[in-house]
Amino acid sequence: MKAIRSMVLVSGDQVSLNHGALEVFNALQQQLAAFGLEEEITVSMVNDVNKPGLDPLVLVYPDAVIYGSVTPEDVPHLVEEHLYKGRVVAEKQISPYDLTGRIAWLSARKGTLPAEHRIVLKNVGLIDPENIDDYILHDGYEALAKVLREMTPEDTINEIKASGLRGRGGAGFPTGLKWQFVAGAKGEKKYVICNADESEPGTFKDRLVLEGDPHSIIEAMMIGAYAVGANEGFVYIRGEYRLAIHRMQKAIEQAEAYGLLGDNIFGTDFSFKLHIHAGAGAYICGEETALIESIEGNRGEPRPRPPYPTTAGLWQKPTLVNNVETLANITAIIRNGAAWYKAIGTTSSPGTKVYTILGNVNVTGLIEVPMGITLREVVSIYAKGMKDGANFKLAQTGGSSGSIIPASLQDTPMDFDSFSKAGVSLGSGALLICNEDVCVVDLAKVLLNFFRFESCGKCNPCRIGNRRSYEVLCNIAEGVGTEQDLKDLQMMADQLYQLSNCGLGQTAGSPLRDILAHFRAEVEAHIKLKVCPAGVCPMSGHRVYQID
Amino acid sequence: MPVEVKGGQDVRSFVRTLVEEQGSEKAELIPILHEINHELGYISDEAIQELSDRMHIPTSHIFSVATFYRMLSTEPRGRHVIQFCESAPCHVAGGRQVWQSLQKELGLEKGETSADEKWTLITTSCLGVCGIGPVIIIDHDIYGNVTPEQVPNLLKNYD
Ligand SMILES: Cc1cc2nc3c(=O)[nH]c(=O)nc-3n(C[C@H](O)[C@H](O)[C@H](O)COP(=O)(O)O)c2cc1C
Ligand code: SF4
Ligand code: FES
Repeated sequence: MKAIRSMVLVSGDQVSLNHGALEVFNALQQQLAAFGLEEEITVSMVNDVNKPGLDPLVLVYPDAVIYGSVTPEDVPHLVEEHLYKGRVVAEKQISPYDLTGRIAWLSARKGTLPAEHRIVLKNVGLIDPENIDDYILHDGYEALAKVLREMTPEDTINEIKASGLRGRGGAGFPTGLKWQFVAGAKGEKKYVICNADESEPGTFKDRLVLEGDPHSIIEAMMIGAYAVGANEGFVYIRGEYRLAIHRMQKAIEQAEAYGLLGDNIFGTDFSFKLHIHAGAGAYICGEETALIESIEGNRGEPRPRPPYPTTAGLWQKPTLVNNVETLANITAIIRNGAAWYKAIGTTSSPGTKVYTILGNVNVTGLIEVPMGITLREVVSIYAKGMKDGANFKLAQTGGSSGSIIPASLQDTPMDFDSFSKAGVSLGSGALLICNEDVCVVDLAKVLLNFFRFESCGKCNPCRIGNRRSYEVLCNIAEGVGTEQDLKDLQMMADQLYQLSNCGLGQTAGSPLRDILAHFRAEVEAHIKLKVCPAGVCPMSGHRVYQID
Repeated sequence: MPVEVKGGQDVRSFVRTLVEEQGSEKAELIPILHEINHELGYISDEAIQELSDRMHIPTSHIFSVATFYRMLSTEPRGRHVIQFCESAPCHVAGGRQVWQSLQKELGLEKGETSADEKWTLITTSCLGVCGIGPVIIIDHDIYGNVTPEQVPNLLKNYD
């Protein structure tokens, strides 16, 4: 294979496609061939670089030059000037900062964002996710080969344990320990499941890994399977993630064709079969026992635990369930060693974390940074500050089941232990940043509406508690709340936590608990003064008109 | 009105073929329901009955599964299904105003299908594209950064 001199990426998100991205892609291929450059310059499509108004975009690596919006008619000139003669076409160039963080990885941007450190997203946006050769060129399947040839299952588990990796699906459970439980469980038949259900509001990190680097998940699942003694696995992908399902399907077929999936991999006696199961739309199916019920063909209702899936999971067999981001760390740990990994992040939460930044900030999008940076750093460095210079009011971390945290916690390091010490949770890594125009009652209403809708309905505290909390919040928002409502909210928050069967109900009360702890005065203003200080709730409208 | 599958096949033989192709293990139930939903636009009573006969699963179980998942429907839907994300990140990004505009334009409430069977308006939880919220999905087309003013024009793309 000839050396690749340059890579050209065309934005392939839905909006770009509607605006002719495919035609631009075809024109690029034609022109590169016309100049005899097709061997040294590759063209591929990438997702999530959508910049409304400037799409479709064309990105040229390694120069990190972005052009937008590009029409097929622009292509001959771009190819001749930039790719053939090496001169950037300034009049079509746009600034990488216009890309509001969605861009995968640009050297120009890396310079200004010093702490960004990519392990999980190492390949995302850089390689062609539909081409296994590209993955292999980027060290792909090297870790699997190393494990199968040089390490025993015990060695493999010990390496992951020594790395200190903790699960990124929300709970932060030590991954190596979980692997050890499954390895130690009795049973001939065991399963490995990748939890790619990702339906936590505000979270889309797993989707980007699946769409951008599907082979890294296959490879990691195989390493896990070898370590725990499984030979069959499932990727449970959220049904709405059509592109991710397509890419994963393609990756599985390519790996099978290369003999990297199937029987006697690398000539060893390790065999592995991988299936995809598409979800059908239910947040609760991200909970691991509900997910298992769903694969078995049932309603996704969580099972009582124990027994845990590590001993009795899919079809009652020992089952390893790991999140996508967790798995995306595995190959790097095996290739570079546990000591390398441990040196990144904080002592008790090593490695990096992918965050999705959303809300009232200048730059929304996705970053991967070492564990332990603070919310203030995220907002000021990566999100480039609050939009329109407004004041930071609160952030919700970890999606709907995460915590609502006030400005006073902005300097708490974001890692599992520091956060839990502060009584808040990091969850999935979604960061919803809100300014003073956001009303806590209105926000809580939206969150409880979510839980009311997504509760599986199996146990009463959750089914009734969420509905009732939502109704109480609606009353408060409409100006008919009472002091008793305040007490009821507190009680329901506590009971949801104490009495619910699974994590959904247990965390559903946290927005209630948090607004009562940190923003009580604002809730009380709704009840006692009949005023929505942020001017959002329905009753505030009435009030304003009355004054007029 | 009898529901017909593409190619003139009737519902029962379509279901039978699916079960023959995919197998009658219970684990195949949800993938098969997906396909039926895709083909008919919803899962009809007739389809449930045929599935029950072929897979030896009680109709009550099939019905309870089919109504549990958001992407499956046991009610007929319009030609175009509009999904509006009502989760917090889209809400904070201006979703509330977009929802009002959508309702006004269509004259529909949450979950309703228009009298001419053109539109079904449903709300959904986060669709994983919050980076470009507020988000609307029409059939399989994703629209991001939607403003209330854009809504009428978006709808014009569909007939
Ligand atoms: C209501 C609920 C929803 C969940 N959703 C997800 C999800 O979408 N993805 C995920 O990986 N874990 C989710 N989890 C956590 C899983 O149950 C499980 O802890 C995780 O997949 C374990 O993987 P890890 O150890 O790699 O983090 C959810 C948990 C609950 C209670
Ligand atoms: S807590 Fe809620 S989601 Fe969990 S089992 Fe009970 S009803 Fe279902
Ligand atoms: S919150 Fe609307 S797509 Fe995620």
